Amino acid sequence: MLDDLKRPNISYSALPNGVGVGYKAQHFTDLMQDAAPVEWLEIHAENYMGGGGRPLAQLRHLSERFAISVHGVGLSIGGEGALDADHLARLSHLVGWLNPASLSEHLAWSTHEGAYLNDLLPLPYTADTLSRVCDHIDQLQEAIARPMLLENPSSYLSFDASTMAETEFLGEVAARTGCGLLLDVNNVFISANNLGMDARAYIDAFPVQHIGELHLGGHDEDETQVGAPDPAPLLIDSHGREVANPVWDLLAHTLDRSGPRPLLIEWDADVPDWPVLRGEAVRAAAALATSRVPA
Amino acid sequence: MSKMMKTAAIAGAFTAALAAQSGTVSAAEQIKCFGVSLAGENDCKAGAGTTCAGTSKVDYQGNAWTLVDEGSCATMELPAMADGTPRMGATEELDRDLPS
Amino acid sequence: MSTPQSQFRTALLDPALPVPDGLGDGRGGPVGRRFDVYRNNVVSSLIDALEVGFPAVQKLIGPVNFRAIMAVFLRQHPPQAPMIAVYGAALPGFLSGFAPLAHLGYLPDVARLEQALRESYHAKDSEALDPAILQDMAPADLMAARITLAPALRLIRSPWPVHGIWAYNMEDGAPQPGAAPEDVVITRPAFNPDMAVAGPGGATFVAALAGGQTIGAAYDTALTDAPQFDLSAILGILISGSALHRLIPGDPE
Repeated sequence: MLDDLKRPNISYSALPNGVGVGYKAQHFTDLMQDAAPVEWLEIHAENYMGGGGRPLAQLRHLSERFAISVHGVGLSIGGEGALDADHLARLSHLVGWLNPASLSEHLAWSTHEGAYLNDLLPLPYTADTLSRVCDHIDQLQEAIARPMLLENPSSYLSFDASTMAETEFLGEVAARTGCGLLLDVNNVFISANNLGMDARAYIDAFPVQHIGELHLGGHDEDETQVGAPDPAPLLIDSHGREVANPVWDLLAHTLDRSGPRPLLIEWDADVPDWPVLRGEAVRAAAALATSRVPA
Repeated sequence: MSKMMKTAAIAGAFTAALAAQSGTVSAAEQIKCFGVSLAGENDCKAGAGTTCAGTSKVDYQGNAWTLVDEGSCATMELPAMADGTPRMGATEELDRDLPS
Repeated sequence: MSTPQSQFRTALLDPALPVPDGLGDGRGGPVGRRFDVYRNNVVSSLIDALEVGFPAVQKLIGPVNFRAIMAVFLRQHPPQAPMIAVYGAALPGFLSGFAPLAHLGYLPDVARLEQALRESYHAKDSEALDPAILQDMAPADLMAARITLAPALRLIRSPWPVHGIWAYNMEDGAPQPGAAPEDVVITRPAFNPDMAVAGPGGATFVAALAGGQTIGAAYDTALTDAPQFDLSAILGILISGSALHRLIPGDPE
């Protein structure tokens, strides 16, 4: 059983089972000169929807060298209303034009009645939400004619209405829609801290056979204590520093269960010079190497 | 102006404009500047370290707004003539749907 | 009907409202200030995006005023689409009607210029018209032809010296703005938008071409607007900016 689970599942994406980084333009020259150990890049879909200019020329150039993962942040898959048809068309167009190795989006909502709120907003885990999320994923997968990956959120609050655990919810979405899952290990750590869960138990309950990609990123402690009865400050998913040591430990625990998977380092705020980001990629590559099943 | 003069003026203007052009940017030069990026971007990070910015209530009622004394608008000298008085003619914007 | 997400959204954008019901801390306790994390993410990320998008407006009114005023703006005009790189199309109109800034009459035009620069940066690519085609045309055919323009072209017509104001704030050592109103032609020869001030009648000529007039008719329109119109100068701006896209032959009279 364990060996079955450890077999890399490549049906969800064509990303290599190696390390990727979130692409930032300031690293372009470094990536072109000597990217190792980075094998692939992730881009945020919405930054490449203008139709032309430097962003698309750059992406075309990068895609000749690297496998590209397109990571959407604005489709609002958990939205109450219908998916924004214009945005769905833009995303399909980008996927059709680029033919990326992978496409992923978030278990969240961000648009309501035409207003885009630029944040990944939380959802109650109920039968209603499940059916809506599955409908929207069906719609997207039909439009792009390939499976997508759905990412677990970082949570700051809970819903009284929830009737399912997040892991159960994600497993059900994957089973119903055939989509893969993007497991953000840092998000698990943040949510566990913020909501008083056990992060390892979350990983143990996660449907690892559906994992198509793993994410790692840095987090920050909130400046303000939330107050009693919170035992610790909130953790914020800031992507502005190195991956914390306990998150690396949680990654090792995850890889023990999942086996090697495409592994991304995200760094979106206070983006460092290339050597610092590369240092994180080297550490990620070492973690992946340890997890590879001996032949 | 006669039609012939007008035709000659237009042809002359095209010739002069074309003659004044210098070379275009090479592909290699264009790729070199990929490392530069303009404009804000989407990402999936959360704002770090504070829960305050979104919670400050802004009381704005007409002219009751209080501006902090800052900014270059105070030191910039606009000549008296530059008072924004509309000239003759419209200030219509170019309709972007037209060219394709 | 007020749905859970509409309540959530309303409370996100109005900190005076109570936090929506039914939220908790995951441990059976109250939600406390946890909802404020989302309030902060929405408001501060959008203000940050506007800061990047409108640096000259920010310099003109100063960073503290800018953040406070943008907090008002984004609540009235949240993005209509998820592409943050072009968020802000409604800002010029908002600034025009914002009474506390009414004494800065040029501010909406500076915002229009900055929004147009970003739109130009992201606009669709288009092949530039081969100058040889123009060179080889008989003058009468040239007069009767129409020209379509590059999608990256933008025209900002202003009663203010809007380019001078922009440059004074954005370029080291730029002089104080002049007295004359300025029309700005934004082109994108490669990847970076370029700005040029169109001489008298220049913007009228470009608008006439964009409106589908023949070269001959657009020339007449521009001359009527400004007798000192210099066709060669505006053509120079358009050609060097790769802004002429396709030539559509007409019927010479």
